Parts: sequence; C-alpha cells; structure tokens
Amino acid sequence: MSNLEYDPHLYTGNLDHREDHAPGDEPEESAGHWVLNSNLGLGFSIVLTAAAFYLAGSHLIWGPAVPVALIVLAIAQMGVHLVYFLHVTTGPDNTNNVLALAFGILVVFLIVAGSIWIMGHLNQNMMPMDQLMDMRR
Amino acid sequence: MSQVDLPATIDAIRRVREDPHRLGHRGHGPEGPVVGAGHGRTGPASKRIVVGYGFWIFLLSDIIMFSCFFATFAVLRGSTAGGPTAAQIVEMPRVGLETGALLLSSYTCGLSFAATNARSKLWTQVFLLVTGLLGLAFVAMELQEFISLAGRGITPQRSGFLTSFFGLVGLHGLHVTVAGMWLATMMAQVQLKGFRREIIHRLICFNLFWHALDIVWIGIFTIVYLMGVTA
Repeated sequence: MSNLEYDPHLYTGNLDHREDHAPGDEPEESAGHWVLNSNLGLGFSIVLTAAAFYLAGSHLIWGPAVPVALIVLAIAQMGVHLVYFLHVTTGPDNTNNVLALAFGILVVFLIVAGSIWIMGHLNQNMMPMDQLMDMRR
Repeated sequence: MSQVDLPATIDAIRRVREDPHRLGHRGHGPEGPVVGAGHGRTGPASKRIVVGYGFWIFLLSDIIMFSCFFATFAVLRGSTAGGPTAAQIVEMPRVGLETGALLLSSYTCGLSFAATNARSKLWTQVFLLVTGLLGLAFVAMELQEFISLAGRGITPQRSGFLTSFFGLVGLHGLHVTVAGMWLATMMAQVQLKGFRREIIHRLICFNLFWHALDIVWIGIFTIVYLMGVTA
C-alpha cells in the first residue's frame, strides 16, 4: 500500500479527532477504553440474555405478554451491542454511520412487517385448502 | 495538529510534493476543517474510514438478507403440515450454551481489537484464537443439533416451518463458519505481516462482521427458539 495516501495516523501519529469515523473505530486508542467498552457490553448482554431465557421458561409475567417482553429485551441487547461492541455513537463523526443504519433498519422493518402483514391477509382471504381441493376435482 | 499543517513543515512539503493531485490534502489555517463531519473542502476521507464505512454498508445489506429469512420464518412458523412444531424440536440447554459461546466470543473479539490498538501482537493473537475456538464450539453444537434432528427424520423437506427453520439457522451457521475461516486468515496475516495499516483495516472489518453475527443470533435465539418454546 502506498504511503502517499493521506492518513492522520501517518502524519500525526494518532487519529484525527475532527474526522469522521467508521463503525468499530474510534479516535480513542487507549486499550483501557476498549477493554472497558467490552466489559460493559458483556455485562449488559449477560443480564439481558439471562432475563430473556428466564422469562421464556417462567410464569413471572402474563403469558401473552411474554413474546413482547422477549422482543423488547432483544432490541435492547442489539442496542447494547451497537454501542459497546460496534462503537456507534451519536456524535457528529458518526452521522453517516447512523444514517446508513437507520436506512437499513427501515428496509428490515418493511421486509419483515410487510411480509407478515401481506401473508396474514392472504391466509385470511384465501379459500380453505380442502374446499380448494374439492373445486379441482 | 497545528504544527503538522504549517506549510513549512517537512511533512507538509513531502505530502504536496509526493502527490501531484494533493488528494486528501487537508486545509490549514482559518480555512481548516471544522469540528464535525461532511466538510467537502477537507478532501476525501482516509482509507481507514472508507474501508470501514464500505464494510458497514455491506453488513447492512447482509442483515437485510437475513431479514428476508426472518420474514419467511415468521410467515411459515405455523405451517408444520402435521410435523413437529418449534416447541418440540428446541433443546433449551443447547441454545443457552450456543448463546453463551457466541456472546463470549464477541467479548474476546472486542478484547482482541483493544490489544490491536495497544499494538500487542501476542494478546491480539490470543484473543483471536479464543474467539475462533468459541466460534468453532458454536458451529459444532449447531451441527450436532442438525444431525440429531435429521436422525429423527426432521429435515427441511418435512414442512414449510422446517424449511424456514433450517434456512435461517443454517444461514447464520454458514456465516459463522466463513467468519471463522476469515479469522484464521487474519491470525496468519497478523503473524506474518504485523500491524500494517491495511491489516488493521481488515481487523476492523473482521470485528464488525463478528459482532454483526452476534446481533443476528440475538434475533434468532429470541424469535426462533425462545418464542418458539413459549408459543
């Protein structure tokens, strides 16, 4: 790789705090900062995972509410991973990352919710399978 | 910073002389970059940012592919065609172990990048190895699950639910397998090439990939396994 390309590392010996940052990367380079982030991420994740597995196997909360609780815990844990493992922040150096993520989440939501919605209606409006079979005879 | 940007410094002269197009040449003085992002006059971003951001876009497209499999599973979860339901094929202890292995591997992967930032080759390798072994344990447990299910006649051909189950979980397992091969490659590259800039860029991308796989697994163990058992 050419050394001619501009890279703040090369010219100043450290990351430029004024630049954008890709996910998984931060201007802070001290190992302690990264270890702390990993520890916090692991701690929160263990609590959220344990809560999810416990709720799924217990009658602590009202039965029909369990799936909702599980989804809330899952989304919370995804947030924990984004913040502590992927180092996505709300700072101005992360605007591009967050916008791309928001678009990704929008598409995921459209695909999943749209599929469930459309197929649910299709199932309701479709003739029951045995009648369909009778018609074909 | 201000010293570097003075036109008379050796670095600045070298930078201008070596690159006739002055690509990425930062402005200096009152015209210099402003705190924040998206200022075109500061020139193109460094390779480290372009590579990481490009990989981020790839990851999001990968997650969109997973969302199609999730949507299929959500639609077909009740179409068991008289075959086994989710509650009948899930072994909770195994899922718990798998989740633990993957979460711990995500943790050691984060630690390996902390070691990379500290430029410690030994600890980078140690944590990458632990990450790889945990990933291997995960794949082995999943493979064992699939084999034991197949032994009981529970295969993707049995019902729509099972097709979507094996498709979604299998796609994730395939990702972890491929990521494990990438991890082995990265360990060899770190060992032989050291912490060159392009190697660090690859390590950033690998970290992103591994953590993204753990995020997808959160969706799988919640929607497929836990909600399958409670439904």
